[in-house]
Amino acid sequence: MKTILKVALLVTSLSAMSITNAADFNVKITNLTNGIWYTPFLVAAHPDGTSLFEAGQPASANLQAMAEGGDISGLVADLQGLGATIAENPANGMLPPAMSADVDLNTDGTTNVLLSIVAMLLPTNDAFAGLNSVNIPTEPGTYVFDVPAYDAGTEANDELVTGGGAPGAAGIPGDPGGLTGTGGTGAAAADANMNVHIHRNTLGDTDANAGISDLDSTVHRWLNPVVRVVVTVR
Amino acid sequence: MTLQIEKRLAAVFCITTALGLAACDNDNDRPPPPPPPPAMASFDVSVTNLTNAQPLSPVAVIAHQDGFAVFAIGAPASAALEELAEGGDNSALLAAADADGAVVTSGSGMAPVGPAGSETVTIELLESDLPDLRVSVSSMLVNTNDAITGANSVTVGDMAVGDSLSVYGTAYDAGTEANTEAAIHIPGPAGGGEGFNAARDDRADQVSMHGGVVSQDDGLATSDLSGQHRFDNPVVRISISRTD
Repeated sequence: MKTILKVALLVTSLSAMSITNAADFNVKITNLTNGIWYTPFLVAAHPDGTSLFEAGQPASANLQAMAEGGDISGLVADLQGLGATIAENPANGMLPPAMSADVDLNTDGTTNVLLSIVAMLLPTNDAFAGLNSVNIPTEPGTYVFDVPAYDAGTEANDELVTGGGAPGAAGIPGDPGGLTGTGGTGAAAADANMNVHIHRNTLGDTDANAGISDLDSTVHRWLNPVVRVVVTVR
Repeated sequence: MTLQIEKRLAAVFCITTALGLAACDNDNDRPPPPPPPPAMASFDVSVTNLTNAQPLSPVAVIAHQDGFAVFAIGAPASAALEELAEGGDNSALLAAADADGAVVTSGSGMAPVGPAGSETVTIELLESDLPDLRVSVSSMLVNTNDAITGANSVTVGDMAVGDSLSVYGTAYDAGTEANTEAAIHIPGPAGGGEGFNAARDDRADQVSMHGGVVSQDDGLATSDLSGQHRFDNPVVRISISRTD
């Protein structure tokens, strides 16, 4: 009886939410970095109590696929299972440094009250920008969120451009900016923290043909925030 | 006479059950009703370590009113904060806080918090202390010379029971010790060296934002830290929920 009552209450509160939290809004994403490109962004409004990742916890296999190779299909399937409102790839491909892309979402008739946005940083092993489950504002207006770079914790940050983007394949899939070197010996073994955490930043070096890293320390570093998200609620 | 005995018996009964019962029903000499217990409020303060390889020293959690601060940017660190920032020992900071008139109560974590780890410190206080109540949190990144993190004066007094909020903490440099990154000056597992030393030999004796560690992998030959020990902000997530 108690359980039934709880379920009934939950249903009531969820339907109340779907009315009060319906939102018609625009999401603008800006790449704040100097030398980092983003793989196709996944933008999603999803129900309370759900998330794509949690700092301090292990990455899911689908989060790993996004962070290591930019593949958002697994996360999209997860979100579809939750009835999420989803926008894929608003930049129609890679988002270059300092560029922006935007997309409209409408959560009318849903219980999707949280906003999450993820995309992989290139060239890195498993860095991703993550806006994690923020409440979607319901009052019309403009809201700004600064987004940090996380390390999925799933791959050693060896900083070697090998083309390896599949989960479990070592190395960096590529550099759309074409500014990486070759001949690195490997910048790091496995992460000390193998759960999702704030990225310690790339190391790089200044030797394009040797050194420990294929990344250029004068080009491929960043400091948080790495992405700015502007939500405009109509 | 009979009445007297009955009264005495009643009194004895009263005493023997006083521990179990709040009051005793005796018409003749009823004790004053005990004052109602003061209304309490309690908060769970949970700290999650977001770094790759920087364990955090046991966290200090301080609930206070306006007029208290663990530190101020640009001002020298207190001697108590220096002990936390260089050696990870929060006892002097908590003692100084408890002696401060603006501080309501404080608590400490039981142990260091490793990367990806978290610890919850519960603080309890009188409901009457809620107006304008703030919470400050402080901890050392132990694989550094004198880096600290935490949160300053997070407003919690207007939270209702069941409310929760999260803030993110950045890394500060206490300004009390030069950032040699040498093992002999790093108390954490990457160094195993000295913690607190009263000498102040940083470039400037003032608290600032931390510039990050350089590490041997990035060319500081005298550093005993590796690229794994580098960090970017934020370094902690602090979640506060009012539970009572």
